Amino acid sequence: MDLTLKIWRQKSAKDKGHFETYKVKNISPDSSFLEMMDILNDQLIREGSDPVAIEKGCKNDGPVVFDNDCREGICGMCSLYINGRAHGPDDDITTCQLHMRKFKDGDTITIEPWRSAAMPVIKDLVVNRNALDQILQAGGYISVNTGGVPDANSIPIKRETAEESMDAAACVGCGACIAACKNGSAMLFVSARVSSLALLPQGKIEGARRAKAMVAKMDELGFGACTNTRACEMECPKGISVAHIARMNREFLKAKLKD
Amino acid sequence: MVKMSEKLISKTPEGPLSEKWTEHKTHIRVVSPGNKRKLEIIVIGTGLGGASAAASLGELGYNVKVFCISDSPRRAHSIAAQGGINAAKNYPNDNDSVYRLFYDTIKGGDYRSREGNVYRLAEVSNLIIDQCVAQGVPFAREYGGLLDNRSFGGAQVSRTFYARGQTGQQLLLGAYAALNRQIHLGTVKCYTRHEMLDLVVIDGEAKGIIARNLITGEIERHGAHAVVIASGGYGNVFFLSTNAMNSNGSAAWQCYKKGAFFANPAFAQIHPTCIPVHGEQQSKLTLMSESLRNDGRIWVPKKKEDVDKLRAKNIKASQIPEEDRDYYLERRYPAFGNLVPRDVASRAAKERCDAGFGVNDTGLAVFLDFKTAIDRLGKHVIEERYGNLFQMYEKITDVNPYVEPMMIYPAIHYTMGGLWVDYNLQTTIPGLYAIGEANFSDHGGNRLGASALMQGLADGYFILPYTIGDFLASKIQVLKTDINHTAFDKAEEGVKAKIAKLFAVKGNEPVDHFHKRLGHIMWEYVGMARNEKGLQTAIKEIKALREDFWKNVYVPGESGEFNQEIEKALKVADFLELGELMALDALMRKESCGGHFREEMQTEDGETLRDDVNYMYVSAWEYTGEGKEPEKHKEPLKYEFIKLATRNYKD
Repeated sequence: MDLTLKIWRQKSAKDKGHFETYKVKNISPDSSFLEMMDILNDQLIREGSDPVAIEKGCKNDGPVVFDNDCREGICGMCSLYINGRAHGPDDDITTCQLHMRKFKDGDTITIEPWRSAAMPVIKDLVVNRNALDQILQAGGYISVNTGGVPDANSIPIKRETAEESMDAAACVGCGACIAACKNGSAMLFVSARVSSLALLPQGKIEGARRAKAMVAKMDELGFGACTNTRACEMECPKGISVAHIARMNREFLKAKLKD
Repeated sequence: MVKMSEKLISKTPEGPLSEKWTEHKTHIRVVSPGNKRKLEIIVIGTGLGGASAAASLGELGYNVKVFCISDSPRRAHSIAAQGGINAAKNYPNDNDSVYRLFYDTIKGGDYRSREGNVYRLAEVSNLIIDQCVAQGVPFAREYGGLLDNRSFGGAQVSRTFYARGQTGQQLLLGAYAALNRQIHLGTVKCYTRHEMLDLVVIDGEAKGIIARNLITGEIERHGAHAVVIASGGYGNVFFLSTNAMNSNGSAAWQCYKKGAFFANPAFAQIHPTCIPVHGEQQSKLTLMSESLRNDGRIWVPKKKEDVDKLRAKNIKASQIPEEDRDYYLERRYPAFGNLVPRDVASRAAKERCDAGFGVNDTGLAVFLDFKTAIDRLGKHVIEERYGNLFQMYEKITDVNPYVEPMMIYPAIHYTMGGLWVDYNLQTTIPGLYAIGEANFSDHGGNRLGASALMQGLADGYFILPYTIGDFLASKIQVLKTDINHTAFDKAEEGVKAKIAKLFAVKGNEPVDHFHKRLGHIMWEYVGMARNEKGLQTAIKEIKALREDFWKNVYVPGESGEFNQEIEKALKVADFLELGELMALDALMRKESCGGHFREEMQTEDGETLRDDVNYMYVSAWEYTGEGKEPEKHKEPLKYEFIKLATRNYKD
């Protein structure tokens, strides 16, 4: 496959940024999207190292910087807005699981970073998602130390409840929900954690405290409000349901009523 | 009798197996809460080992600095572990016990690990499950509300706890949550997008690190009273592996070059069930969990003509009748069937493919078929058990595994070798510890499935927090490490010089080009089957490739910026040295054991043939300087409680 790529280039957080157009050739439909990006970067590096090309005045901005790690859809490191969709034109996957067979020979593909005030661009397609860690640090845990805990089977949990908790715990923390939201809201991300723990007897104990602390941190860090557009659910690579937002709202309200 | 090197004192306590750890804990020193506050510990890595260690040490009151190469601790590659975690809970009442888990692990490792360490691992395994449940890890449960188990390779009991096909993710999120709590409480400071580039040793003790801020490119100094390496394994030497793109061996390799011994570098695990290579554009391989072998049956056609038709895409696998299928694992290993250990299953797949029965166009694939299980249990049960794995498979290959069998082939997955550590998990450098996959200690020549998660968390939650106290108890009067010490100057200069040298080459080949070539050499000669001539060739070719790299590599951009190419170049420069040590270790070990298969040493039916008289030891390599042959030390392995036997998975 031969493709035209329009890619967002931005030197640093302060740089304004712009689109550059590149061409790649002979891409196998069985290659992954990120393998296609590797091929582009290989091309850009070779061009940049070629003294003849440089003499002719050919200069490029070097390889495109993009986050990626496990390349099997679980670490949450890859991001990318592809043709206007978080993680591209396939459902229930992260960008690294997207394969080129989803595109056609001759296509033009637009590739941008996540865009959200609370996740500023660091360089090219890489954004700063530190705010997500900060929200979890504010309360996304059960306060137990290592050791001195009861036997695992001393806390029976209904199978359905454990499964629902697992549904929420499948969140990979990629930030697609925030990037997809017109308000830049982190409600799906935050509620997935709140809900996953609130469902379990171990997590219920400090449920109210947790919801309050995490919501307060989310607001403080400049994430937008939720207006129920459900774009987050649509783009979540793990299919996490907005029902968790409703559960978090209940937890939060309960906590506030007690104040 | 193998002579013990004087530099390798394992410090395994004397006494009965089941009392060693208890006795040891009773006698090692502890640090009072007031003094813990004065002590600093650096932890490198935030996978299961690093995150659990940093969190537990923070809870104890130490000042912890934890370093992570990604943008968040949650990205560490432990997250990708799928199938499960072992523990000797015996919840299914199938006669499991601490001893049985210990025995299976030693046997699975082909009698090349320490009895004392492995018994301790089995002993603390149950505590891990308790801890994870308390943290809110949503393990799979029965309708009665209690925890469910499944089976993994190399065991005849069901002792594996799991959370769908995302067990590593859930356990890491548990450890990450504990870590987040300590970060919030201020006992742990987390440095994301930072990479350790050197270890600083002062008066023979580990005192700090040199790190690079990956966003700004700034070189930083960090001091401590002790350093813990939890940076995982070095499987990416092979370029194509199931490891994450950023996984690397560099932190451990710098420790080696500063004097820490590197043990059993040749022991690398090849996992039998990975999605086959699709072509030259491939960047990494994807694992399909071993748990699939609970219900999946592995086969190739019996007839060559069926193989030809499959390759020509004239028939589909599902059209081949039952009697024409060779379920070769069930045929060769009736007692364990499809659940033989990984090294055995991988070699058996290679044997069939070498014999010409590989089922895809490259001839390098076998089938993993769920038809029998779907017929027996129904599609919904299989979906419940492995749904996310089936989805992952379909997204990558465009084949629906509920209808047609999966195609799989072995790939590099894990490295059993690593920094040599004693019973306290301390390396040969005082104050330097190594935990999880980064050390060598528990898996011998082959790791059993669902045991990596167990070991990472055992080390981080329950072993290191105790043993490091014994060392730090002697440091309570020692002031904070002075990062202006000349040792820091020297280490920083060294790092900067290495980076400058890489940029200065200005050749014309990207870093990946060399990494791929290294991968080809490693897979060809230091992969599933090794022999003397091949290993000698590998050493020669790696040396030549290394020279080529330093003459012709091109690293674009500059150091003082976010530059993924210089990150890669630093890693590949280290891999080009590490690969050679792996080949050297494999050449020296003229026996077959576990995943290390020397073609010269095999039984009549192609199984591994150990040489317990000459090779029942851990090889630990000491760095002797650039361009010099490293020195090999031996730690003899003593089996006091277990009877040595040939591994038998047949009956």
